[in-house]
Amino acid sequence: MSTLRLLGVGWYFQFKMILRSPFDGLGNVLYPLFFATTALLVFRAGQSPRTLIYASLGAAVMGMWSSVSTSAGSAMQRERWWGTLELLVAAPRHFSLVMLPATLGLATVGIYNLAATLLWGRFVFGIPLTIAHPLLFALSVAGTVLSFGGLGLLFAVSFVRFRAAWVLGNFFEYPVWLVCGFLVPLALLPGWVRPISWVLAPTWGMSAIRESALGGTPVPDLILCLGLGLGYVSLGVLVTDRVLYDACGRGTLSLT
Amino acid sequence: MAAIEAHDLRRTYKTHTGTLRRRTKEVEAVRGVSFTIEPGELFGLLGPNGAGKTTTIKMLITLLIPTAGSARVLDLDVVKDAREVRKRIGYVFGGERGVYERLSGYDNLRYFAELYGVPAKRQKPRIEELLELVGLKGREHERAEGYSRGMKQRLHVARGLLHDPEVLFLDEPTIGLDPVGARELRSTIASLTAAGKTILLTTHYMFEADALCDRIAVISKGEIVAEGTPADLKRGVDQGSVLEVEVYGVEDETIERVRRLDGVLAVSVEEREQAQVLVVQTHAEVELTSAILGHLNGGQVGRISRREPTLEDAYVALVTEE
Repeated sequence: MSTLRLLGVGWYFQFKMILRSPFDGLGNVLYPLFFATTALLVFRAGQSPRTLIYASLGAAVMGMWSSVSTSAGSAMQRERWWGTLELLVAAPRHFSLVMLPATLGLATVGIYNLAATLLWGRFVFGIPLTIAHPLLFALSVAGTVLSFGGLGLLFAVSFVRFRAAWVLGNFFEYPVWLVCGFLVPLALLPGWVRPISWVLAPTWGMSAIRESALGGTPVPDLILCLGLGLGYVSLGVLVTDRVLYDACGRGTLSLT
Repeated sequence: MAAIEAHDLRRTYKTHTGTLRRRTKEVEAVRGVSFTIEPGELFGLLGPNGAGKTTTIKMLITLLIPTAGSARVLDLDVVKDAREVRKRIGYVFGGERGVYERLSGYDNLRYFAELYGVPAKRQKPRIEELLELVGLKGREHERAEGYSRGMKQRLHVARGLLHDPEVLFLDEPTIGLDPVGARELRSTIASLTAAGKTILLTTHYMFEADALCDRIAVISKGEIVAEGTPADLKRGVDQGSVLEVEVYGVEDETIERVRRLDGVLAVSVEEREQAQVLVVQTHAEVELTSAILGHLNGGQVGRISRREPTLEDAYVALVTEE
């Protein structure tokens, strides 16, 4: 119970801080609109409403992913700058429980990305907002947010150990767009890429969101997405102690 | 059972130089520090910047793993029982960092109360109590980014006390505070000792250590060079005498020549408005005024006075010893 409360309270305060950052806020408002515009302009050539919805949903998840991959790194870097990282590590609660709400808070911003992209597509590009299975769609979005939060935790833990690793957050942003089929179907990618796609929860989250919106069967994708998300969290929890021990051994926690 | 025991603590850092031909250099920040602090004691770790105070404190609060040696807090090993140690200690450091500026003071405390495992029902009254103690009542709902340095420092103290720790580590808590703020904070620290807390305080302000601490260890270049009550340390230089000479622009070479005079224990220079004051500690039985003035030939000299040594002189003598 106290763990759930810690996650809830942590999420609330981390999300509150994200909302109060004017520069992050502006980026989060504008980024998804750029993604959506680019994707929709490219896919408009296809003339098919179904293709446009496909692209619109892809652009939406692109925005969700970007807010996690780039922000998880910069969030850790901010904790270093603010001098709060050491205080978080010195807290008696397990560090992964302290970090998970922060990455979940970032992933939650993705819900806005999704809504903004879909509304932008509807009102600027005239793409109809038809969702075949609204409940499954909502569950798919929630599941994708949770799995992104789990993946963000893995990132955040590595950013604690390696100070400059936040740069990798930016590095991971674009390959995942491609490898997880946000805009290009996985079938078009070379065979050797597939195993990489399969172990990445965004692949299944994207698929679940599309299947539920376009009238397919999203449940298997959603289960895989949540399962992988849970796997990331478990791995994050397992490696946290080792990573912190190493950071305390090298004395890098207080460095900015 | 001692509250804190440090036994031959050592900590080495690796630093790198060069880009293409990278070289690793080892820097010994703490070189075999040992001390024991009894429950309810206020123990001061006194030393100049870079002496190893913060490194020592970080090993004791589990944020740094010692390269060698061992330490126990409340009979728990700081490496093996790190999580248990964290539950029972509080850590406060000086400066403006360590605060979530976008949150209010109250929200900062609420968040850390959760992280420190303060039971939900206890959080609100505890936060109210602490806001009252540190004098932030009435300003708690303002964002911390608008707080003065002193207010942020007081917020740090409240955060460090949220889970009512038995042992408190205060790392230069009054650094950068104005005299009134520093005095208020010292009075808060004194009240915590009165409430039975064990406190390890690091500072480089002599008067602060003198006024607050039951015992002091002076640390210099990673080693403890003296340990005892403030009175013990003063007694160490009681036999000496201090000559203060007001000068205007004294060169390093001159200071070095004065330091080499027979009977000189320590030399330091203090800046006082337009002038500098050459503070020379000497053995009581020697008279060195003319010899010192001889070395200052050509330079403008102002007032000359002689006084009894203070704790600060004891400290300067200890940390400037080769």
